[in-house]
Amino acid sequence: MTSVAAPRLARRAAGRPGVGTVYRWELRKLRSQKRTYLGLGAAALVPLIFIVALLTSSGGPEDVPFGRYVRETGLAIPLVGLLFSSIWLFPLITSLVAGDIVACEDNHGTLKTILTRSTERWQIFAGKLLAAVTYAVAALVIFVGAGLVIGGLIWGFDPLPSLSGTRIDAGRGVLLIAAAAVAYLVPMLAIAAIAFLLSTVTHNSAAAVVGTLILSFMMQLLAIISGLGFLRPYLLSEQFDAWQGFLREPTDWAPILHAAWVSACYAVPATLWAFLAFVRRDVAD
Amino acid sequence: MTASPEPAIQARGLVKRYGRITAVDEVDVTVSPGDVYGYLGPNGAGKTTTLRMMLGLIRPDAGTVELFGRDPLLDGARALDGVAGSVEAPRFYPYLTGRKNLELVAALDGDGAAARIDTALDIVELTDRARDKVGGYSHGMRQRLGLAGALLRDPRLLILDEPATGLDPAGMRDMRVLIRRLADEGITVLLSSHLMAEVEELCDRVVIISSGRVRYEGSLDDLIATTGGRYELRTTDDDRAARVAAVQRGIGDLARDGRGLTFAADESAATALSIALGEAGVGIAALVPRTATLEELFFQMTEDAAPRPGDVPASAGGRAREEVRT
Repeated sequence: MTSVAAPRLARRAAGRPGVGTVYRWELRKLRSQKRTYLGLGAAALVPLIFIVALLTSSGGPEDVPFGRYVRETGLAIPLVGLLFSSIWLFPLITSLVAGDIVACEDNHGTLKTILTRSTERWQIFAGKLLAAVTYAVAALVIFVGAGLVIGGLIWGFDPLPSLSGTRIDAGRGVLLIAAAAVAYLVPMLAIAAIAFLLSTVTHNSAAAVVGTLILSFMMQLLAIISGLGFLRPYLLSEQFDAWQGFLREPTDWAPILHAAWVSACYAVPATLWAFLAFVRRDVAD
Repeated sequence: MTASPEPAIQARGLVKRYGRITAVDEVDVTVSPGDVYGYLGPNGAGKTTTLRMMLGLIRPDAGTVELFGRDPLLDGARALDGVAGSVEAPRFYPYLTGRKNLELVAALDGDGAAARIDTALDIVELTDRARDKVGGYSHGMRQRLGLAGALLRDPRLLILDEPATGLDPAGMRDMRVLIRRLADEGITVLLSSHLMAEVEELCDRVVIISSGRVRYEGSLDDLIATTGGRYELRTTDDDRAARVAAVQRGIGDLARDGRGLTFAADESAATALSIALGEAGVGIAALVPRTATLEELFFQMTEDAAPRPGDVPASAGGRAREEVRT
């Protein structure tokens, strides 16, 4: 350490940082971690594997919506991919970051570092939450984009039959796929909120990620128990199919709106709980 | 720097409990602007818990803390304006470089903190390693990076928790020099340390805490002076000297140690004794006041649950707490 006189550091002059500053730095931190690319890589790789499997075999997922069209138009690829990925892929990718983004600060002991600066706790919370949401959006965009582009390059962009039997041309098809992705994002965000909550209250990344996956699987399990059929409309796992409303003509808004409020019933309390836990917690580690 | 009228730190009746354990028990601390304040206590005494409450990292179960008149719990991050420091070892993101870590904390500081990064790195001599990832830093380098991060805030109050931990002897010396210079520039420093020599060299006031309770708060000089009423005496004939001293007015607590006699007296009684010894034909080889070191006082206060008479007599500036006097 220098033994010369410490130069007097210039006085503070400008304004205070806000949520945007925290958000940008959370994204920079995510970009610096290998784990980030695991999830995004999986989002790009899974559609590719699906397409390779279609190219190397003759069968197909004919018992699911749009399954019979996967070799006829690239528009069907991302839609069929969405159906299968709600089981584990997106819960995993979402929780990978949302379940870690607070707990990793505990693991590194850096929470005290960022909470003793000029940023309020709620701003740190909001910045982290926005970063986790951004990651979920990015993963979904990559997944849908990869499926659409690669599927389109191989099988073209011929019109896609809607679930109502009408034909959807390529331009409108792309728009409807984007709308479907937005609808799909809603329960994903609820999953992210649960992972964020677990990350905040357990202070342990592994517990938060695994806990989120267990909750997700439990809901899927409850959905297949015939005696608990009355629960199905309110299980988060069931809301991942709501996007199909956009692929009917006219648009069937009922499942979309239902998924929105059911997802909100999970996301809002989880986020509020996480918020209160974060702003009131003792940072003693 | 303009002196603030409010105390840099004012903690009143701080209590923190973890289950049945009371980690901090009715702690009062007042650090005035310009103080270099030593915060002493053995492991588990409640020092770090108190520092965490001061920085708003944990909530007290009772009591209040104000930093320059602002309460971290009520005023949030604004209470930390002009305050910097770290509790226990400074922590940074291991996957980011030292510079990136400083850019991050500077971004969270705002107010032009980013413009001070180069200067701060230069002060702690980490410029050459600033582009290396923190994961590869030694403990001492992380300590220095922590100090650089604190300097970015251009603090009026610097809270340092064992800043010399992990530093080599030269690094410890340089850290002391830097803290002294920062203090000379008017920065108030609260220094938590196990290193008594460091505290004696740097601090003008101290608080000694043990088992969650304050055992002493006040001037370091006053604390040392509380033990100034004892003398060491070496003579040509200790037996005769003891007999003379035993009947001399104002001489008390007479005892022998391996090198001669010790006794308690004020200055005039010690002078009278020296005359009496001369009249009795006893040669005086040495008559010197005996003061305890900070280390001795620290151990007396923190290791003895039951206080010993005279250990910490009340002094003009210092406040020894009742529990060590009663």
